Amino acid sequence: MAQQASTLDRPRPAVRSRPRVDVPRIVMHGILTLVSLAFVMPLLIIVSASFSSESAISANGYSVLPRQFSTFAYRYVLDDPSAILRAYGVSILVTTVGTVASLAVMSMLAFSLAQRSYRLRRPLSFYVLFTMIFSGGLVPGYILITQYLHLQNTLLVLILPYLVSPWFVLLLRTFFSQLPDEILDAARVDGAGDWRLFTRIVLPLSKPALATVGLFVALVYWNDWWLGLLYITNDKLIPVQLFLYRILTNIDFVTSQSQFAGQSLDVPIQTLRAAIAVLAIGPIVVAFFFVQRFLIRGITVGGVKD
Amino acid sequence: MGAPALLVLFVFHYLPLAGLAIAFEDFRPSTGIFGSHWVGLANFRYLLAGGDAWRITRNTVGMNGLFIAANLVVSLGLAVLLNELRDRSRWLSRVYQSTMFLPYVLSYVVLTNFVLTFLESNTGIVNHLLRAFGGNGVDFYNSPGWWPLILTVVEVWKGAGFWVVVYLAGIMAMNPQLFEAAALDGAGRWAQIRRITLPLLTPLIIMNVLLSVSHIFNADFGLFFQVTLNSPTLYPTTDVIDTYVYRSLTSTGDIGMAAAAGFYQAVVGFLLVVGANWWVRRRSGENALF
Repeated sequence: MAQQASTLDRPRPAVRSRPRVDVPRIVMHGILTLVSLAFVMPLLIIVSASFSSESAISANGYSVLPRQFSTFAYRYVLDDPSAILRAYGVSILVTTVGTVASLAVMSMLAFSLAQRSYRLRRPLSFYVLFTMIFSGGLVPGYILITQYLHLQNTLLVLILPYLVSPWFVLLLRTFFSQLPDEILDAARVDGAGDWRLFTRIVLPLSKPALATVGLFVALVYWNDWWLGLLYITNDKLIPVQLFLYRILTNIDFVTSQSQFAGQSLDVPIQTLRAAIAVLAIGPIVVAFFFVQRFLIRGITVGGVKD
Repeated sequence: MGAPALLVLFVFHYLPLAGLAIAFEDFRPSTGIFGSHWVGLANFRYLLAGGDAWRITRNTVGMNGLFIAANLVVSLGLAVLLNELRDRSRWLSRVYQSTMFLPYVLSYVVLTNFVLTFLESNTGIVNHLLRAFGGNGVDFYNSPGWWPLILTVVEVWKGAGFWVVVYLAGIMAMNPQLFEAAALDGAGRWAQIRRITLPLLTPLIIMNVLLSVSHIFNADFGLFFQVTLNSPTLYPTTDVIDTYVYRSLTSTGDIGMAAAAGFYQAVVGFLLVVGANWWVRRRSGENALF
């Protein structure tokens, strides 16, 4: 360890005379490779478990490559696909509509907050910021939605509460306010109104920010099971994550019962759970790989301050 | 143009503030917020008398404190490491960065599945390994003592990638001439990190910590409810204000006490963030949140 520290302290050599073997670099690559493995390993294990046979896992435990390749768990889930397909449908609908609507209303607000000439800029920024630091909590919100708005067991209750997130509004505002003034002024001189400026110039120039915020909003919608847990009792409206949650808790119930009765079940518990998890992860991981190249440019966090 | 968003914020964030009154009422759904009987501080007295208030406060603040510290150290360390390799191994450092971010996109339900895979008493990977090396298995889901560690690992595993990206973006925004000048003056890698990278990242770090402190009274419900499988034997270390409020609302049906706990959470959380912000503003004004 002491030796490593001293090599790290060595002044960085000029580019041309760089040594062939750069020990600190190799050490750093080593650390990062191990860390990266730690980050993806559980994912690989779950995917592999979903393609393993139940008996192999019971006998030998989990592994990174499938033991005794088997698609039994998937066939078991898809044997009666109506429930999971409906859950998929709910999640896809809520995620698409929610993400588009959320991006639209948040960027409209962020655009007006980014205008330096806007008179209400400061009070409205505070209005947005305040919701980040003080809230009524679960009970008042729950009572508002169930007793006064009567939104329980509707698709709207899965969309509306997450529609505007103050953090993302401020992020978009920062991004918009960093766009070069010259372009906006030129468009104004050419007679573009606010709406035209917003749709024709600001939005097209803000693709990295919109993609990043869009990914985060989509994540929130796709991964949500909380609103479903609170407000959805109708089986036809449950989203994918809640579906997985119910399977998890039901399996728990099933196994505790079977242990009690001292008998084994033919439900492929471990692999089934893994297969459902893979199905619940699927679309969002794909979306992540499309958007991740925007991430660094999209997250400009300096922006909470006014 | 901002009207739709402002309206949504009003309905879902400002309207519920009126419901804070429930904490002081003997709330009945049939009579509503404005018709229920006013009972003053009775709900709060009930909450304190049960002895739960201290436990859920300690767990909430303690666990969040652990998360903030662990997340800061890990994500800052990884971001600095990634930055050192960035200019000469672009492709590899992108791969590292993406794999670290990957867990961030997973839901807590999925995460619960992962944790089960590792910790289940029979087939779980950890117990499998323990037994392979001749040890005894641990019944994690009945051992509250392990959970501060387990939940911290889960939280860092899920969240670090996000903050790595944030810090990396912060480092990339720094002026490269500073580093070149320092290198000419004989500053090595470590000296550059200590004297330039970290000081310049300080505003971002302070903002991150301030934001986290503002949420120190709000536990991540998914983490504490899902990942622990809501197991009552784990409550001594895993019951937090959020799970307590949820349980009071849904299973025990004590709306007044749930509201009182929520009120306590909102007010103390607010005072904490305002206090932390005041403190930062006094020391270095430009780093304060507001």
